[in-house]
Formats: sequence, structure tokens, C-alpha cells
Amino acid sequence: MLAGILFALGVVGLLVRRNLLFILMSIEIMLNAAGLAFITAGARWAQADGQVMFIFILAMAVSEVSVGLALVLQFYHQNRSLDADEASEMRG
Amino acid sequence: MNVTVFYIAAAIAIITTCLVITRKNAVLALLYLAISLISVAVIFYDLGAPFIAALEVIIYAGSIIVLFIFVIMMLNLGKRATVAEQKLLHPRMWIGPTILATILVGEVAYLLARGNAGGTAANVVSPKEVGLTLYGPYLIGVELSSLLLMSALIGTYHLGWHKQPKPETQDVGREYATSVDVGGNTVRVGSSRPSGAT
Repeated sequence: MLAGILFALGVVGLLVRRNLLFILMSIEIMLNAAGLAFITAGARWAQADGQVMFIFILAMAVSEVSVGLALVLQFYHQNRSLDADEASEMRG
Repeated sequence: MNVTVFYIAAAIAIITTCLVITRKNAVLALLYLAISLISVAVIFYDLGAPFIAALEVIIYAGSIIVLFIFVIMMLNLGKRATVAEQKLLHPRMWIGPTILATILVGEVAYLLARGNAGGTAANVVSPKEVGLTLYGPYLIGVELSSLLLMSALIGTYHLGWHKQPKPETQDVGREYATSVDVGGNTVRVGSSRPSGAT
């Protein structure tokens, strides 16, 4: 339940905000909510699998955030702003 | 598990997450995000996963938040940064996170004072069990996540490569090209060798 609420808040943040930093933060919130769901399930059935999955999610979140922040830096150097709408200049 | 502690920590998590996605100031949003992550860590501790709670605090609230702060500090250099910093030192900015963090510290102190490390004896999963499961049936997952971290490292290094060295390499290339042009006459006479071979 709480994981669902947190995940929904993350989705809302992802959709509403146009700042790249806030979008990354919302992704963090969503990953954290998924991890919370795993931990809760693992505690419910007293299995260690949930925590193992959380460790994997943690590794994934860390690598994702590092690459994402490097991308944000590159984006800022190119566009001098953090607005995600600025990136819509690509014409096919 | 202690139901009261769980509900208080859950309420703090929801409130702070709402505050995160509605703030305008990125540093303030990061403060609230840290409080949200710490409250989720308290929930983990309450659910009987102390090892994961420690990991959450160390990695999420530690390293990821620090990464975000580094990027924010790198982005707004110059005068705007000092103005923003003066605003950050205003008590109105940090009084909210401080109150919420104090509540969380009180909860953890209460749980520790009660003695049993969160959870009833039935559903506490010890770190030893987690380790055995991690390096037993999930060994391939460990290898895959190591691969993921390695690729993330290389990708970040590549993306973080500054544009500074680029003119240098261009200059070197131009020099190389002119030297080939100079030597081109001697090479061109009656030889089929590639001109770069001088």
C-alpha cells in the first residue's frame, strides 16, 4: 500500500516536473518504492529473496543515477538549462 | 513489527515525497528526499531487515544524495550559487526537514530501547541468511550486477569526459595532416605506398 502510494507519487513527479534533476529524483522514488514492496514481501514470508532483490535494485539505481547525472551535466553544457523540453529539437 | 512506528514512518515518507515533487529549490527537494529515504529505512528496520536498512541509509541517503548535491553545485556556479546558499542558511529552509528527522531519530531510539531489533522473531531475516541466498542461488545475479556497475562506470567516465582535450587532438591532427602534405611530394613519386607511411 505504502509502496503503491510512493510509486504513484514518483510517477506524478516524473510527469509533472520538467526539470531533469527532479525527473531523476522521481525515478529514485519509484525504485525505492519497488524495493519497499520487495522487502515487505520478503518480511511477510520470512524469506531472504526479497532483500537480495533489493540489493540488486540498489546496484541498478546507483549505476542509473551515475549515468543519468553525467548525462545531465552534458545536457547542461550543451543547452545551458535543465529543461527537458529543450531536448525536443531533434528533427527526424 | 511495531505498527505505530510503521505508520508514523509511512506518514513521514509520504509527506516528504509530496514535498520533494512540489519544491522549486532543488537542494531543499534533496533534503526532503533524504528524509524520505531515511524514513523508508526505518520502515525496513521495523519490518525485520536491519541489514537492508543500513544499506539504504549508506547507499541511497549517503552516496546518491551526495552525487545529486555534487551535480547541483557544479551546475549553478557563480553569483547565483552564493545567493542560493545565503537563502539556504535561513532557518525557514531547514526547520521542516529537521523536525521530521528528529521524529525519525526518536522512532529509532524507541525501537532500540525496546531491545528486539525490529520485527517479531518469526520474520526477521538476518544478514547471514541474505548473504547465503545472495551467493547461493543468485550468484548469476551478482555477476550480472557487477557487469552493470562496470558498464555504468565506463559510461559515466565517457560522458564525463570534458571537451577540454578536444582542441588539442584537433591540433595534433592538423599538424599530422600538414606534415603528410609536406612529405607527400616525395612519397607520391613512383610509389604506391600509403602517404602516411613516411
